[in-house]
Amino acid sequence: MNSYLYYPGCSMEGSGRSYRESLEGVLAPLGMTLEEIDDWNCCGATEYVSLSTTPAYAMIARNLAIAAGEKKNGQSLVAACSACYLNLAKADHYMGQQPALNARVNDALGAGGLHYDPGTVKVRHLLEVILNDIGLDRVRAAVKKPLTGLKVAPYLGCMVPRPDVDGAYANHEQPNDLDRLLRALGAEVVDYPLKTECCGGHMTQVAPKLGLELIRRLVSEAERREAVMMVTVCPMCQINIDAYQGEMNAMFHTHHKMPIVFFTQLMGVAFGLEPGKVGVGREYTNASKTLAKALKAAPQEALVAAGVAPAHRPKPDKRALPMPRMADSEVEE
Amino acid sequence: MVVAQVSPPEVADAGARFLAEVNSKTAGVSHLDMCIQCGSCGGSCPSASAMDHTPRGLFALIRAGKRDEVIRSNTPWMCLSCYHCVVRCPQEIAITDVMYAIKVIAEKEHTYPNNVGPDFAGVFIGQARRFGRSWEIGLTARHYLHHFILRLPGMTPMAFGLFRHGRIGILPHRIQGRKQLQAILRRADELERAR
Repeated sequence: MNSYLYYPGCSMEGSGRSYRESLEGVLAPLGMTLEEIDDWNCCGATEYVSLSTTPAYAMIARNLAIAAGEKKNGQSLVAACSACYLNLAKADHYMGQQPALNARVNDALGAGGLHYDPGTVKVRHLLEVILNDIGLDRVRAAVKKPLTGLKVAPYLGCMVPRPDVDGAYANHEQPNDLDRLLRALGAEVVDYPLKTECCGGHMTQVAPKLGLELIRRLVSEAERREAVMMVTVCPMCQINIDAYQGEMNAMFHTHHKMPIVFFTQLMGVAFGLEPGKVGVGREYTNASKTLAKALKAAPQEALVAAGVAPAHRPKPDKRALPMPRMADSEVEE
Repeated sequence: MVVAQVSPPEVADAGARFLAEVNSKTAGVSHLDMCIQCGSCGGSCPSASAMDHTPRGLFALIRAGKRDEVIRSNTPWMCLSCYHCVVRCPQEIAITDVMYAIKVIAEKEHTYPNNVGPDFAGVFIGQARRFGRSWEIGLTARHYLHHFILRLPGMTPMAFGLFRHGRIGILPHRIQGRKQLQAILRRADELERAR
């Protein structure tokens, strides 16, 4: 059993509720336990660092100090929200890099009876933990209903692969982490070159023209690549693309209807959980019908992927030039 | 005869002073003095078209000591914090954090080009300091009423939809350690003012 400390972040309690519900559902099949840190506070998103430096880092560091006090047996601190993950990781990193910042933040923490030594807590993102600690073999073994026939665009967003203060990513612009996980669930992953482009963050609130244009690029590209839904790891990306798609359509006179779900929701469905139990249907642009339709359309392939039915291979065309054929083992990843 | 063109000493001084100020306000190590003006940042930036100066241009202005022009620029406020420029910068400049540093200076001196961004951040943080958590519905309702009243008719069905799907709570969640958090932040405010 892999055990971690867990920082949910404010979105998981509200607009990103389906992320929390689906995460809770997939923990047992993955052999993971998450211990929520006690009485955590908001990380300040990208807002506090834009206003004032010391209070912004002190607010983040209160969570790190709490986590350090609760840490047992080298547990790391896992965050599912990209912005929370980055804030926690950055605070730890910069406090170690800048002694002056460290001194100011710890002086402030002292006013609340807390202290944090940078480097005490390792901060990690949920996706990276699933890929590196749990492993794709375990994920594959837990799949009961492969998502065969479901064409998805893997949308990782910016703050998980970048700036990557801990050097966890070899590729910051086209990483295939989410692709590999979704393929392990049996889904068909389309080539989506905008996978780490920005959803605009708070721009839908402060500069809507810019924010909606960024959403348009992401959604229209996913559609052009024939994905039927987008998959994300971040509550901010989810709400921007989901809830602001209507306003974006009105602005650009388009008719996009692209559902976006969390990767944990698709894991839940593939692990045999009821879609409703993992929060499918809470989207503003509904994903339940798309999901049901795609899964129904390919029963034969689903059986093949599950290893029940033999794979059907098209007969080679005798008039065609001889082409090298990929071994089955190489098709994976 | 070719005479080397160098900046007059007063420009160089102003540049060095402002560069040092920005460096000291940056949370991590900025490496801003290493900028080679290659423009990878602006070329990678998804919001460059909405900026009055590209990041590269802004860094040139910093080193030329054009403090006023820099802290009145909309460039840092259009930064998305997507870190595309940061991973591409050959000099490993912490560009996003430099943008935050400029925003912090502009916020302190009220030189931001318009108040939508600073106000959103201010209300967000005001609520987070009070409750210990962000309060999505309170923040958005207040923000739209103040700044985008014309977007409200379009937003109402969306807010209702989110509410119907159980994705928005009405009341803010309050953490237990609010007093502790506020004591920490008051001390942090004092330390920030003394910098």
